Amino acid sequence: MSAPNHRLGKRQPVLVGGMPMPGRTERVLKAVFLTVICGAVVFPFVGVISTSLASPEEVIRAGGFVLLPTDGIDLSAYKSILSGGTVTQSILVSGFITVVGTTIALLLTCTLGWALSRRGTVGNKPLLLLVLVSLLFNPGLIPSYLVIQQFGLLNSLWAVILPVSVSAFNVIVVRAYFVGLPGEVLDSARIDGASEWKLFWYIGLPLSKAVVAVVGLFYAVGYWNSFFGALLYLSDSSKWPLQLVLRTYVVNGVEIGAQDLGGGSEALPPQTSIQMAILMISIVPILCVYPFVQRHFAKGVLTGAVKG
Amino acid sequence: MTDADLAPAPSDTTRDRPRFEPTAGERKISLLLRLRRDYPVLLLAIPGMLVVCAFQYYPLWGNVIAFQDYQPYLGVNQSLWSGFENFSIVFNGDPEFLNAVKNTLILTAIQTVIVFPAPIVVALVLHSLLSNRIRQIVQTIIYLPHFMSWVIVVAVFQQVLGGTGMINNWLRSHGYDPIHVIGNAEAFRALLTSQVMWKDTGWATILFLAVLSQIDRSLYEASAADGAGRWRQTWHVTLPGLKPIIILLLILKLGDSLTVGFEQIILQQPAVGIGTSEVLDTYVYNNGIIGGDWGAAAAVGLVKSVVALALVLAANKLAHRLGEEGVYRG
Repeated sequence: MSAPNHRLGKRQPVLVGGMPMPGRTERVLKAVFLTVICGAVVFPFVGVISTSLASPEEVIRAGGFVLLPTDGIDLSAYKSILSGGTVTQSILVSGFITVVGTTIALLLTCTLGWALSRRGTVGNKPLLLLVLVSLLFNPGLIPSYLVIQQFGLLNSLWAVILPVSVSAFNVIVVRAYFVGLPGEVLDSARIDGASEWKLFWYIGLPLSKAVVAVVGLFYAVGYWNSFFGALLYLSDSSKWPLQLVLRTYVVNGVEIGAQDLGGGSEALPPQTSIQMAILMISIVPILCVYPFVQRHFAKGVLTGAVKG
Repeated sequence: MTDADLAPAPSDTTRDRPRFEPTAGERKISLLLRLRRDYPVLLLAIPGMLVVCAFQYYPLWGNVIAFQDYQPYLGVNQSLWSGFENFSIVFNGDPEFLNAVKNTLILTAIQTVIVFPAPIVVALVLHSLLSNRIRQIVQTIIYLPHFMSWVIVVAVFQQVLGGTGMINNWLRSHGYDPIHVIGNAEAFRALLTSQVMWKDTGWATILFLAVLSQIDRSLYEASAADGAGRWRQTWHVTLPGLKPIIILLLILKLGDSLTVGFEQIILQQPAVGIGTSEVLDTYVYNNGIIGGDWGAAAAVGLVKSVVALALVLAANKLAHRLGEEGVYRG
């Protein structure tokens, strides 16, 4: 940061990261700007949480929406949707799709990524090319539907799980990570007679926990959020995942009655409270998982994205 | 795929060399021997490749129904061939189809002009922050909506902007007229745009921040020494540093320009009608799967895919002409 000679007469600005210090106006403007966008993200969530927890009287008094519950917390909306019935059923379906789907997807993605990371083996290049080219196009709505129909998967949860169980992008990410593993470790295990599967399972995977976690979380969030596949392929509403139930009762505003809830005959909480409770239940698992995803992004994405 | 936009890769590129590069002698080994050596690797690849082939490549065959008078009860094998009859919708300009094209292009234009630059602005502000802590807190908050499904985003927007939503309740209780946004066809494009921005602006900053952090610091120091202030540095150092990634993303966007917000629109279409909300993807869904006009919808879908592919190739060529890297070399 040495001062050039021809500027000796002038006072040199203090540089931070090569840039002069920001002035006061700039700092104030930036603070306002960032507060506004963070507020725009947080504010709706706070409203949803508050309304789902507010007491029935308060929701009715407020005409539907409560920003800060003052009467204390009331869990009756959650109790009513979790006591059996449509919503409970859909939570179980979504849980099933997410757990089974993520397990299968991780297994398929990691084994394929591992095989593709073994350069020089028979068929390695053509297989890699097949995976890469599939990134460039989308088979299209109607052809995909015809295939699901032909496989006899219509109205089966497998139609929601299988088609998205190998994301070419994730395969590439996992493969890149495996390629970067220290070859010496693998070679020595190979000399000791470890089979390909043992190399993958006992050495490759444990060394790649970070990338497996990130890819697993991508899949899990994708499955939990899956909506259109279910809309397209599942006609039987008892197989609907939470997102479809959310659409029916919250987005489309279909009235939710006692027969949908499976609870007793006591008075139902207000519709708004129930709707917000359903919304919260679809959000909470993501909120629980998100900090882990986020922590890994902080380092991983920066290098991966720029290279790609 | 949407959640898989970005993910980490190992940082050390120097280790990125083949472990199994065949040596000169090895190359001459017969295929049979190599198969015997490598079959365990192939076995590991099979399950994943089966899924890729079954759900990515195999469906391509289904496009043949674009040339058929397809009847679901007859199936693909027995439906009658109709040549290019289904394509008359595209080539003769069916009004509903043209409306879908128009809406798609308008939404793409809005997304390119308004939605696309937004994360660049946010990334520039975040990058210029002096406190890492504040930057991390803001990032944690603004990445979050990306992980919400479209159903959740649409539901949340309804709760905030709807007739009895937060904002209208506040307006009413303070004696103002409520605003009519949800279910209003005239405000539909603005609504879609704000939803897309709410959901993905934060997430899209990741990529720009990554590139910003790699701009050579000495460029800033040199320009400061030459008397450049913060604005001139942003204009002459930062933005040129972002140019390659911006061009790359615009090319990808061009390839996607016929694909806009399918789930988002399907969810909200009933409330506003198809006049302003029908786009090409929803046209295919509504006419094919819902309306039963399979052949014609498949024809529209096929034309769309072919045009999209042509657009990517053309844009990539253009980028090369302009002296940029583009998506791939070739």
